[in-house]
Amino acid sequence: MKLNGSQILSRSLAEEGVEVIFGLPGGAIMPLYDEMHKHPMRHVLVRHEQGGAHMADGYARARRDVGVCMGTSGPGATNLVTGILNAQMDSSPVIAITVNVASSFIGTDAFQEADINGITIPVTKQNYLVRSTRDLARTVKEAFHIARTGRPGPVHIDIPKDILLGEVEFDYARTTVDLPGFQPSTEGNIVQIRKAARLIEQAERPVILAGQGVLISRAAPELKAFAERATLPVVTTLLGISGFPGTHALSAGWPGMHGFVWSSYAIDRADLVIGIGNRFDDRCCGKFSAFAPNAKIIHIDIDPAEIGKNVRVDVPIVGDVKRVLPKLIGELGEIADRLPWLRQIDEWKREYPPKKYPDDTPILYVPQVIQGLYRATRGQALVVADVGQHQMFAAQHYLFDEPDTWLTSGGLGTMGFALPAAIGAQLARPDKTVWAVAGDGCFQMTMQELAVCVVEKIPVKIAIINNAYLGMVRQWQELFWNGNYQAVDLAGPPDYIKLAEAYGIPAWRVTRPHEVQPAIGAAMAYPGPAIIEFQVAKEENVLPMVVPGTSLADVIPDTPYVPDAVGSPIAEPMAEPVALRGEVTR
Amino acid sequence: MKHTLVATMEEGPAVLNRVVSLFRQRGFAVDSLTTGRTHEPHIMRLSIVVDGSKTAIEQVVKQLYKVIEVRKVSDLTDDQTVQRELALIKVTSKSAALRAEVMQVADIYRARVVDVAQNSLTVEVTGPSDKIDSIVGLLKPYGIKEMVRTGLVVMSRGATAGQEKGREAVRLREVS
Repeated sequence: MKLNGSQILSRSLAEEGVEVIFGLPGGAIMPLYDEMHKHPMRHVLVRHEQGGAHMADGYARARRDVGVCMGTSGPGATNLVTGILNAQMDSSPVIAITVNVASSFIGTDAFQEADINGITIPVTKQNYLVRSTRDLARTVKEAFHIARTGRPGPVHIDIPKDILLGEVEFDYARTTVDLPGFQPSTEGNIVQIRKAARLIEQAERPVILAGQGVLISRAAPELKAFAERATLPVVTTLLGISGFPGTHALSAGWPGMHGFVWSSYAIDRADLVIGIGNRFDDRCCGKFSAFAPNAKIIHIDIDPAEIGKNVRVDVPIVGDVKRVLPKLIGELGEIADRLPWLRQIDEWKREYPPKKYPDDTPILYVPQVIQGLYRATRGQALVVADVGQHQMFAAQHYLFDEPDTWLTSGGLGTMGFALPAAIGAQLARPDKTVWAVAGDGCFQMTMQELAVCVVEKIPVKIAIINNAYLGMVRQWQELFWNGNYQAVDLAGPPDYIKLAEAYGIPAWRVTRPHEVQPAIGAAMAYPGPAIIEFQVAKEENVLPMVVPGTSLADVIPDTPYVPDAVGSPIAEPMAEPVALRGEVTR
Repeated sequence: MKHTLVATMEEGPAVLNRVVSLFRQRGFAVDSLTTGRTHEPHIMRLSIVVDGSKTAIEQVVKQLYKVIEVRKVSDLTDDQTVQRELALIKVTSKSAALRAEVMQVADIYRARVVDVAQNSLTVEVTGPSDKIDSIVGLLKPYGIKEMVRTGLVVMSRGATAGQEKGREAVRLREVS
């Protein structure tokens, strides 16, 4: 049957199981919009393409399958780029589709033309410029295969407008993908697996460092079985959080720049580090040359390029974590006594507990907000954190037991990720209460997507952590630039309650610890999207801290709470009376 | 240390761009990069001379493998290889005596004079890079008006195709 390009693309997406598309139309992409609505896919009209890319990313991560975003030519396409790179850095299978000016106009600096194919080369796993309608179905099939297979990643497809209008025969089932250069190894080398098993049996101070790969390959049960079988404490990376139950006796937190002291010590003093689906990132490991100085290192990952990239590796295992771990368990014999080591980690944990705040502090601190959120949601929420101090506090003070309930922008550190990613995650997981935790700086980067929450009836709950600063930059200026605060002051507009009102979203302002839980309860009781603005201490610092250029052993512990040591509440004109404000509208 | 890598990859407008972009992005120090057709249809062969430590080169190889269209990558540095580069060198030669001298130098290097004009000679020379460096050094005093070098192409000696060793090299490293 002969179909035109728009029909072929729509049918192909439906064949790939696409249920939701995040997009925004423009001149070039109109033939596709004229067709797409006839197919069983929900289109979410975003307010900025970057938001659409983050929504597709959040959707992809919460579902562990492909998320699709779309934009028109030129600015529509370039607006997607930050979101595409964010997906690339965090191995998220996003398919980005853009429609370019017609083939005959390409290369002529036509209106809204961008060399988006050239632009996305370094930010994608693979990208395409479709040159003929005949290539369209195969390209889509290849793109989905590449995005999903091996280490996932974003794929961009750029389609000149005329390709959507051309007509060719279409038969998706018989469209074949032949990629001899793309054959990821999944099984793991048995010789290496045996070598790893011997090291694991004998180690006295072993520790697992589990990354997002565990979640990507849905291997949380295998990881748990492995840790329990071999009595291995499990440290996760920032993105690996929720891959191992946070309340499990063998859970050993997360290490690195703002991770727990005891987690960093566990890695630093270990005699064996077992990296599983991780990439030994600099924020996680501290100074590479001083990383786990007395440890042998086993590294299991599906991407061979990650093995030996940052730290020396003694036993490399290239494979899918879900397939390698059962083999590794199968090879294990008698395990050395680990009790002294587990006790040691426990001792560190007691020695460096999370900072305790009194319940009745005169101003509000971020950890109190996160702890309140943990209690009010009974640890059951899906939390999407933005980037900065609040992100670190959220990772420190919320314990995640269920896989894929913690999403954040780890690799790229994209401010503004939380709200759109939470929208995507909510669509992927309608059963979960989804909380976006965003700093005031982050929130202002993508807050236009509030309209999407309202119009599409997406009931995400939004916690704006407002310290009226670009908090993390301020902290660095305080610590490393002699307190010379430059361009970090966000005091003043907007009034978040009025902003919420403008969108028709109920909102609460919280300025005292005892208001935290009631407000969260009220937000969750409301059936739609809701916002809580938490006005918190202006100059609270995130600790512990591994200062850049130092090792995990040099981690600076947190300091005890001292009243008024971390500054005043945010600027007076914005501070409301203590009383909770109820529902603002409707 | 300089490493000689050979990669085979699918033909296409984007592939070369992708490979070059990769080198630029990751800061790999590329000395020479040539590309050309092979005996297989739609398969191009890249010869790359890149400077770096053993671990850096390993990373280059692994990153090249991540390019979907790249089929095989081999490090031929430690292998017996035939390495060839071609250069065209236009040399000033204002008198018959000077022309004779230049032709004599060319002769020693088994180079050919491919063009003669009133005041210049163009020499074509083929060989390993150091041979080209050497003749260029000798011709410099006469005055080089123009020169172009193709960059290195490489092939392993003996019956086995060097390309076969590529993936093996990576796997062996994994096992060692």
